[in-house]
Amino acid sequence: MLSYIVRRLWQMIPTLLGVMLLLFTLYTLVGGDPSYILAGKSLSAETIASIRTQLGLDKSLPEQFLIFVKQVLTMNFGTSWSTQQPVSEIIRTRIGPSVMLLLTWQLCSLFFSLLFAASVAYYKGSIYDRAVTIISTVAMSISILVYIIAGQYFLAYKMQWFPVYGWGNGFWQNFLLYIPLPLIIGVAVSVAPDTRFYRSCFIEEMNQDYVRTARAKGLSERKVMLKHVMRNALIPIVTGVMSSLPYMITGSVLMERFFGIPGLGNEILKAVNSSDFPVIKAITIYLVIAIMVFNLLADLLYKWIDPRVKLN
Amino acid sequence: MKTPLVRISNLKIDFKMEDGRYFEALKRISFDIPHHTVLALVGESGSGKSVTSTALMGLLPESNTVIDQDSCIEFNGRSVLAMSKKELRRLRGGDIAMIFQDPMSSLNPVFTIGDQIIETLQEHKSMSKKAARQKAIDLLTEVGLPNPESRIHAYPHELSGGQQQRVMIAIAIACEPKLLIADEPTTALDVTIQKQILELITKMQKKHGMSVLFVTHDLGVVAEFADEVVVMRHGEICESGVIEEVFRHPKHPYTKALLNCRPSLTYRPERLAVIDDFLQGEAYQLPANRSRGYQEGNPVILEVNNLCKYFKIKTGLFRYIDLKAVDGVSFQLQRGKTLGIVGESGSGKSTVGHTIMRLLESTSGEALFEGKDILSMSNEDFKPLKRRVQIIFQNPYASLNPRFTVGQILIEPMLLHHIGKDKQEREKLARSLLDKVGLAANAFNKYPHEFSGGQRQRIAIARCLTLQPDILICDESVSALDVSVQAQVLNLLQDLQDEFQMSYLFISHDLSVVKHISDQIMVMQQGKVVEMGDADSVYANPQHDYTQKLIASIPQNPQWFEANLAL
Repeated sequence: MLSYIVRRLWQMIPTLLGVMLLLFTLYTLVGGDPSYILAGKSLSAETIASIRTQLGLDKSLPEQFLIFVKQVLTMNFGTSWSTQQPVSEIIRTRIGPSVMLLLTWQLCSLFFSLLFAASVAYYKGSIYDRAVTIISTVAMSISILVYIIAGQYFLAYKMQWFPVYGWGNGFWQNFLLYIPLPLIIGVAVSVAPDTRFYRSCFIEEMNQDYVRTARAKGLSERKVMLKHVMRNALIPIVTGVMSSLPYMITGSVLMERFFGIPGLGNEILKAVNSSDFPVIKAITIYLVIAIMVFNLLADLLYKWIDPRVKLN
Repeated sequence: MKTPLVRISNLKIDFKMEDGRYFEALKRISFDIPHHTVLALVGESGSGKSVTSTALMGLLPESNTVIDQDSCIEFNGRSVLAMSKKELRRLRGGDIAMIFQDPMSSLNPVFTIGDQIIETLQEHKSMSKKAARQKAIDLLTEVGLPNPESRIHAYPHELSGGQQQRVMIAIAIACEPKLLIADEPTTALDVTIQKQILELITKMQKKHGMSVLFVTHDLGVVAEFADEVVVMRHGEICESGVIEEVFRHPKHPYTKALLNCRPSLTYRPERLAVIDDFLQGEAYQLPANRSRGYQEGNPVILEVNNLCKYFKIKTGLFRYIDLKAVDGVSFQLQRGKTLGIVGESGSGKSTVGHTIMRLLESTSGEALFEGKDILSMSNEDFKPLKRRVQIIFQNPYASLNPRFTVGQILIEPMLLHHIGKDKQEREKLARSLLDKVGLAANAFNKYPHEFSGGQRQRIAIARCLTLQPDILICDESVSALDVSVQAQVLNLLQDLQDEFQMSYLFISHDLSVVKHISDQIMVMQQGKVVEMGDADSVYANPQHDYTQKLIASIPQNPQWFEANLAL
């Protein structure tokens, strides 16, 4: 087990290097020159040259890449080019809101999708099943932007149930006041496709022989579904959750933007607008590492759920 | 008179099908299961035997099952059909327990076997976890699982098929049920394991004073230990009674047919009896005995010398050990004759077939086909010979492409090997082959799912015949079929051999089938040949311990069974 984890961590290094190379190439090709933005109106050649020296843009590309590598190794990305704040400071203050949104979103979405999927699969072929399938299909075809705008208009502006927009200071204030609306909207968006996928996982498992054995033992239908079927259906579901993670991150960037949540998503949009390479680099690298770690966790989770899985 | 344990009367069950019509699965059947009795419920697939046992458990799917109002199922005097869901749950696993055909898929793969036994105990008895755990260990000891203390933490996939079925039996007897339903419990198992499991079920039945409802398609299996028998066909009961009486004086032609279609160890008719022989009304005449064996001077079509196939098993980062699946196997196959390969799972018998087909690469050794080594030649050289060695697999459901019509299935290999000069000629050949394997002409445009298991195996045989092979490898080709269908397919294979002088490598774990069809027999154990010889002499006088053990494990028909063949 331990040697497996060490091996997997070791394998992350080339992946990370690949991502760094891609990011660096893309930025060099299409990132634009931040010195023009920073110089503002005093567009003299000297100013630009001095800014370029300050930012290290006058160095050769291999040298710049080496600096990037050093930054990743020390996890110190310097200061933001546009605000002069240390990048670590930006990440430290912005990560909280993002994690709060993503985590609650993922957990609620998983909970409701599993609940719907299990019940729909159990009543397969009934009116309830068909209704949920139709609603899911319709819900899936609507853009997330419609949900956001409709949610803000009806639930916040018209009904006054939630604040339309904003973020507070205390944890509980944010959690109870500002998170609920984006959370409801997020869950509404992701439950539909997840329910449909999980439903098929459940139905697949319900046709297995061991379900018949469980029933022959005299177990209640609830126990059959939630213990025997669920545990087996979780195997493909874990894969589903992991592969939906990148979409959720994209989704949360939009949410942060629309709800004024001061998270990393908002920060990366700002950084892209101002060609703020250190911030882009830092957030991208952190995201890549997070996704790789989650994939590793998923594989360990498989082993835990399904003893037949061999780690190698 | 004492009330029987189970009384089924006037049971009529219809299934609503997807097109809205009804299928009559059971047509008002009635029979009793007395206390402390083993009752065998015998019939082919579709006879309604599993529907009966499932109905008894109250486990039929509610949404599409219609049980007639006059129907009655009583367990210990209480109506099962009138029970509430809660009462039914107490009945299942408590008073009636069930074991199934495939123990691997019947156990939940993600829970330990201990958990699965403890779960049943806790469901039906108010037991502490600790007491249940101890009881689970006792149960595992009782069903003869080695090292129960540590095995309780094992997962199903870590056990062999026989051990898995033992665990299923442990779960079943956990709450001391009054009735054990065994639904084809040994069909998926090797013959030696089958014997052990049958003995275990008998032992448990006597020890716990249960009744057993033994559901099977194979009359031979139950002859030894059942007390009573009910023979079913098409949702009706053909015949029922005390087993010896039924075997001695079968009244219904169908029962006679079932008794006769199983290959016997003592007699080898020219063709096996099939159901139709008995239902046509005319008296069945037992065909003459067919003598078998290789003949001096008969040309050898395939000569295999010292064939080895090792699989590399990774044991460390760079370390491997060789798993010797086939280890130094040599044999000869004569033209127009059959070599039977027998052995248990893992003996390497299928690997031999696959290696000769070049589906697996051999590690060493040679296979001389008409004098040329087909194992060492290049793919290019092998291509024209490929056509002449064909294989039929065990599972006729998985080996036919479900998206092809039967016509396409037959024509595809002809196109690959440039057989027939145009479309018309290929179609004509395909249709004549369908006729040859006994399928109707309209089969040409149908899809595999529209056929039964036996018919699909005929399609698979027809597909091989399109290439006019010289050697046909039958890899457990009749093992998944009911005995009656098995007889038809064996007859077909025999007819084809007589007509085309094909040679067969017949791989099977069923010794009576191999005895029936083979001229020469090769017994394999752990990759090695332990005995080889003329079919009749190997069975009459087995030399090796392992062969003796295999032959002793065949369900022995009591004297009165063999004596009454071909009534």
